[in-house]
Amino acid sequence: MTANPELGRPDAARGTRTAARRERSGFLGLTGRDAGLLLLVIVLTMAAPVLLNPFPATSSLAQFNAGYPDLMQRFVIFGIFAIGFNILFGLTGYLSFGHAAFLGAGSFAGVWMFKLLGMNVLLAIGASMAVAALFSLMVGYVSLRRSGIYFSILTLAFAQMSFALAYSVLTPITGGETGLQLALNDPRILGESVTASGNIPLPSLFGLEMRTTELVTFRIEGLGVWAFPFNVGYYFCAAVMIVAFYVSIRIFRSPFGMMLRAVKSNQQRLNYTGVSSRPYTLAAFVISGVYAGLAGGLLVSMDPLAGAERMQWTASGEVVLMTILGGAGTLIGPVLGAGLIKYFENIFSKINKGVLEGWFSVFPDGLSDVLVTIVYPFVGKGWHLTLGIVFMLVVIFLPGGLVEGGQRLGRVFRRSDRKGLGVEAPAADTRAKAEE
Amino acid sequence: MDGIILQLFDGLSKGSAYALIALGLTLIFGTLGVVNFAHGALFMLGAFCAVLLSQLLTISHTVVDESRTDFLGNPMQVDIPYVVEWFGEAAGNAIIDWSVPLAILFAIPVMLLIGFAMERGLIRHFYKRPHADQILVTFGLAIVLQEIIKYFYGANPIPTPAPDAFSGSFDLGAVLGFDPFTIIYPYWRLIYFVFALIIIAGVFAFLQFTTFGMVVRAGMADRETVGILGIDIDKRFTVMFGIAAAVAGLAGVMYTPINSPNYHMGMDFLVISFVVVVVGGMGSLGGAVLAGFVLGVLESLASLNAVIELIPGINQVVIYLAAVLILLTRPRGLMGRKGVMED
Repeated sequence: MTANPELGRPDAARGTRTAARRERSGFLGLTGRDAGLLLLVIVLTMAAPVLLNPFPATSSLAQFNAGYPDLMQRFVIFGIFAIGFNILFGLTGYLSFGHAAFLGAGSFAGVWMFKLLGMNVLLAIGASMAVAALFSLMVGYVSLRRSGIYFSILTLAFAQMSFALAYSVLTPITGGETGLQLALNDPRILGESVTASGNIPLPSLFGLEMRTTELVTFRIEGLGVWAFPFNVGYYFCAAVMIVAFYVSIRIFRSPFGMMLRAVKSNQQRLNYTGVSSRPYTLAAFVISGVYAGLAGGLLVSMDPLAGAERMQWTASGEVVLMTILGGAGTLIGPVLGAGLIKYFENIFSKINKGVLEGWFSVFPDGLSDVLVTIVYPFVGKGWHLTLGIVFMLVVIFLPGGLVEGGQRLGRVFRRSDRKGLGVEAPAADTRAKAEE
Repeated sequence: MDGIILQLFDGLSKGSAYALIALGLTLIFGTLGVVNFAHGALFMLGAFCAVLLSQLLTISHTVVDESRTDFLGNPMQVDIPYVVEWFGEAAGNAIIDWSVPLAILFAIPVMLLIGFAMERGLIRHFYKRPHADQILVTFGLAIVLQEIIKYFYGANPIPTPAPDAFSGSFDLGAVLGFDPFTIIYPYWRLIYFVFALIIIAGVFAFLQFTTFGMVVRAGMADRETVGILGIDIDKRFTVMFGIAAAVAGLAGVMYTPINSPNYHMGMDFLVISFVVVVVGGMGSLGGAVLAGFVLGVLESLASLNAVIELIPGINQVVIYLAAVLILLTRPRGLMGRKGVMED
């Protein structure tokens, strides 16, 4: 169901030709800017174990280090989820409130592969993507008959149905309230049911166990010890995310992506020119569903356990938050949003009263108490409150998300030294517009 | 048969809550054209109005009662609520006992104010933005509101009982001529149903029989023309937003004895009430009420044992299933107006 570039409709064709011309040049078919973005993502993900551990492991600030394997894996996995969601919402404008159902379905499929076939993660991920593709094809086929709020409600209804069923009637398949777990007596016909030492085998990539972590320590005398965990599972997820990011860039720049943007900007006009938008939106829906399934498969590859609550609509809401916060319709935005929310959820939420008192202890007692009382509701367990406020501010003032914020800042800086770089600023403006 | 009747009544009381929330949502959508995802949060705020009032009424001070002793033989310390002190034993305790119905009076001004503040402060800036933006900003607002409540009241449900006179159940079967003790039905659910009917009738009467309501209806039909006639329709729509908030709040107040309120009760109701609105037809007040009761009854009937045995799990999904079917076969919903959000 790909776009046929030579259909000859005036609007589409013009976009197609420019897009096609751009595609022929550059690194892996990317133009300079996109290639630069991809390289940046590669460098950042590869160096994450170092970059996310800026504080010495022995210092009191170590709790703000986000560089432990479990969290880094979540950063990239939810990055993938948000990248996929953005292909649907960012390009076509269809706001789905049920994408967690595909992530959940992918997770269950992955665990079942571990139970039935073997512990190779490729099997699990393949199954996750296939199941999510089928599931999203069914849901999308029905839901995309409507648009706007009705589409949101339809996806929400399907997701809530799958959640309710997974929680109750489908317990033999989904594990119900306890979730789906591996057991010693699972068949695993391609591998071993039990390891030599009598344990359940761990997920691995051709024998390379996902859990393996190489801890590199680094000491600077007088400053402390830094610890950088290099985890196999994280690097596997990061590699998958880079591929997923690359595919999403190609989709954004392809004739197909152009059609999706046309759906967002004016679907009626598209219909009047004789283009049926349904195949395009359905393809986008399935692609984003496959991304969600991939994320689900990776989640269970890192920790082979899946529960129905992954399908609940609040989980769908979370990916919406991530995408909007980062910047819907931009390439890098969803990844940023996913990282930010996961950082909030795991690190920001750990700030308790004791930590705050430590920070404000430089002030006199009375003032420090006042400051702690003011700040405390917004951190620690109240991190959702901060998240809600930040999200509202972004929707109100920065509809383009953090990426738009960054662009605006960049423009302000460039304008201030325009004398030196007179040519640069207008070019940047048009680029920013093209990005929308 | 008795099982069906019991579920039917149960569905009516459940449907009352759906209908009230959906009515408010539709008032907002029909007048302002705004999709309000924070409406569940308004329902929750209403419920916490009841909690707050019952806490305010039981504020007490400790006195030492010399006539009684505790188990150590010391004079016993007794907490006496100020209300009891001011109004005397009988009246004071009655006021505390009736805190939930009294909270209706308390919640109306509070919710109206919250509604006005929300509309003036936030929603009005979103009239011209796409529906997706409205959904997102009100979704964010709902998170903020529920987190504020969570900060003050914690995450656990707070039991808020109905007045003693209504706390029991009665034998509905005997009234309807069945064997005694076959259909036992709590009083409060019946009261909730009647209350919902009164509120719904009140809103419709207000729109139908007052000049203000007439202007609002005219504005719903054709906002521009009403504006050209020299009427400041925005101001009236703000009032309608306040009324919608108050309706949601009252639904929440009266719901507290049925389900102890917690901070995420709004989100739980929000999803279903949106389904209700869409099934009824966006912008149709009658449709919202009808769909609320229909879906409530449908949900209850699907929980009959015979039905569950026939189709396992149907009780969990029947509402969503109905919504999917109706949306696909009747684009406008049950009673939607032609041309309103039909695509």
